[in-house]
Amino acid sequence: MEYATIYIILAASLGLFMAWGIGANDVANAMATSVGSRALTIRQAVVVAAIFEFAGAVLAGGAVASTVRGGIIKTSELAGAEQTLIFGMLAALAAAGVWLLIASWRGWPVSTTHSIIGALVGFGIAGLGWGAIYWPTVGQVAASWVTSPLIAGLVSFLLFRSVQLLVLDRATPLEAAKRWVPYYIFLTGFFVSLITLLRGLQYIGLELSFWEGCALSIVFGLAMTLLGKVMINRLKLDTRSHRRYQYHNVERVFAVLMIVTACAMAFAHGSNDVANAIGPVAAVVATATSGDIQAEAPVPLWLLVMGAFGIVVGLLMLGKHVIATVGRNITQLTPSRGFACNLATAGTVVTASGAGMPISTTHTLVGAVLGVGLARGLAAIDLRVVGTVFMSWLVTLPAGAILAILFFYLFSWTLG
Amino acid sequence: MKNYFARIFGSSPVAPLQRHMEEVVECVDVLPELFRASTAGELQRMRDAHRQIVSREHRADRIKKEIRSQLPPDLFMPWDRRDFLELLRAQDRIANKSKDIAGLMIGRQMQWPEALVEPTLRMLDQGMEATRQAMLAVRELEDLVETGFRGAELELVESLLNKLDDIEAETDRSQIELRSELFQIERELYAVDVMFLYQIIEAIGSLADRAQQTGARFQILLAR
Repeated sequence: MEYATIYIILAASLGLFMAWGIGANDVANAMATSVGSRALTIRQAVVVAAIFEFAGAVLAGGAVASTVRGGIIKTSELAGAEQTLIFGMLAALAAAGVWLLIASWRGWPVSTTHSIIGALVGFGIAGLGWGAIYWPTVGQVAASWVTSPLIAGLVSFLLFRSVQLLVLDRATPLEAAKRWVPYYIFLTGFFVSLITLLRGLQYIGLELSFWEGCALSIVFGLAMTLLGKVMINRLKLDTRSHRRYQYHNVERVFAVLMIVTACAMAFAHGSNDVANAIGPVAAVVATATSGDIQAEAPVPLWLLVMGAFGIVVGLLMLGKHVIATVGRNITQLTPSRGFACNLATAGTVVTASGAGMPISTTHTLVGAVLGVGLARGLAAIDLRVVGTVFMSWLVTLPAGAILAILFFYLFSWTLG
Repeated sequence: MKNYFARIFGSSPVAPLQRHMEEVVECVDVLPELFRASTAGELQRMRDAHRQIVSREHRADRIKKEIRSQLPPDLFMPWDRRDFLELLRAQDRIANKSKDIAGLMIGRQMQWPEALVEPTLRMLDQGMEATRQAMLAVRELEDLVETGFRGAELELVESLLNKLDDIEAETDRSQIELRSELFQIERELYAVDVMFLYQIIEAIGSLADRAQQTGARFQILLAR
């Protein structure tokens, strides 16, 4: 292990590059709904995304990072072949990074999650053989890419239906909105913090019992509700009594909720996607420093911080431009519908993060958008584009795998 | 940079549909001028009005074609695409009828009988009102999407459409009156002219009919 320092530096820079790519590209899709519905300006969206992506990555990113690091490839069977593992992880990072770069350049809808999982599987098959991969975990991950959009779609459908029932169908929708939006805010705050407290925080060394977690989440949810109520009360509503302004005002109330769910969305995205950059780095660092393979040790906190940092830098450098272009093109997503998409996606992704399951935020969000569309909430959805998004992971998996195999042999020859 | 996420939201056909209806209303709005010119026997004024109607009908046609090409089969909308296209067609048929009336008047260089001017203008007013009423309903489409086609908003649209039915029923009564007025004087007129007068009265009546059909189509769209 005489090259330990070189391996670590190489892994860290590749991981940072990957995190930077996630920040530059992926975050835009997570924030686009908020900018598109005019709930946030681009500047505000960038600030919200930076803060909550960071928090999500550091506070709740550990479980997925562990899965990416040790749940896909049977590292325990690699005793004596430490270098192979290191080269493989480097190859996976390089492959996913390059694939993302190509795809971003060509405008293909690829997922960072799919890229890294595909790359890991590719390296596993090439470097270690079919037997070295936890196929049940890979199967679960692949299945979750189908189920997570379905679940998010169902949840967003139900959420929007509840908004129709409680607010939009009413004779006085504005009063109804003021009355019910705080409950949705509470739901968002409670659910996101509950999952994080129960499943995520163990990675930063905090263990809570179920009831402690519940109590804290209720407190957190109530605090957010209070804040939301203050914001709603401070809204300057258009008091012209004409009907046209009714729904306009209703949407302004929902915009407060949209901001809250946008925070949850950024948090969820950070918690799931930081792993794509950090998981392989963690494997390299652990192996290179100790000289042998340790599958069990948790992902160190400084790595999560580094990944979060990379995401935020990518977001600040390129992400805001992407948010601007994407957000400007979304015109039919008012806050009352956008929040349903956001909350359904954030809930699904944060739950998956708690369970250590790497899923695609973008695909989940697309599922949520379809859910609102099925509730007759959106004027038009282009199913061709939806099809492209869902087809893309079929392409991305083998592409990541093939690139990873190439990089694996490249690293083996040059460094080995 | 990838922005496929924004493209998921297909371009909404709601605004173009409303623009089409506005064009249709403008088309119908020129008809009174045409009849006044015809009564006064000013052929040039009639030609101007005719040209205006034709160019507005063309504009409506262009929008109609744009909408049709904008609706690929894999665009997912909160209503049945066939119902939507039927609504568009119903709207378009109002403009077509206006053009037919104008074409017939100009083709035969008609001079509208003095005695019929008042009741005709009244009936035209009703036709215009019916068309406007249909437009009011179509204008609610945005709010209907907003509420997901339910609740208080749906009731409002239904009341708009009920009023449209009332206007159409009144037009039928006016048409009977107008015909009987023509019957009183038809002996004094040239027989072939009378034939065409009846035809045009029929056509004015069908303006309101078609506006009502547009309303009915709109209702079907909502009732999916």
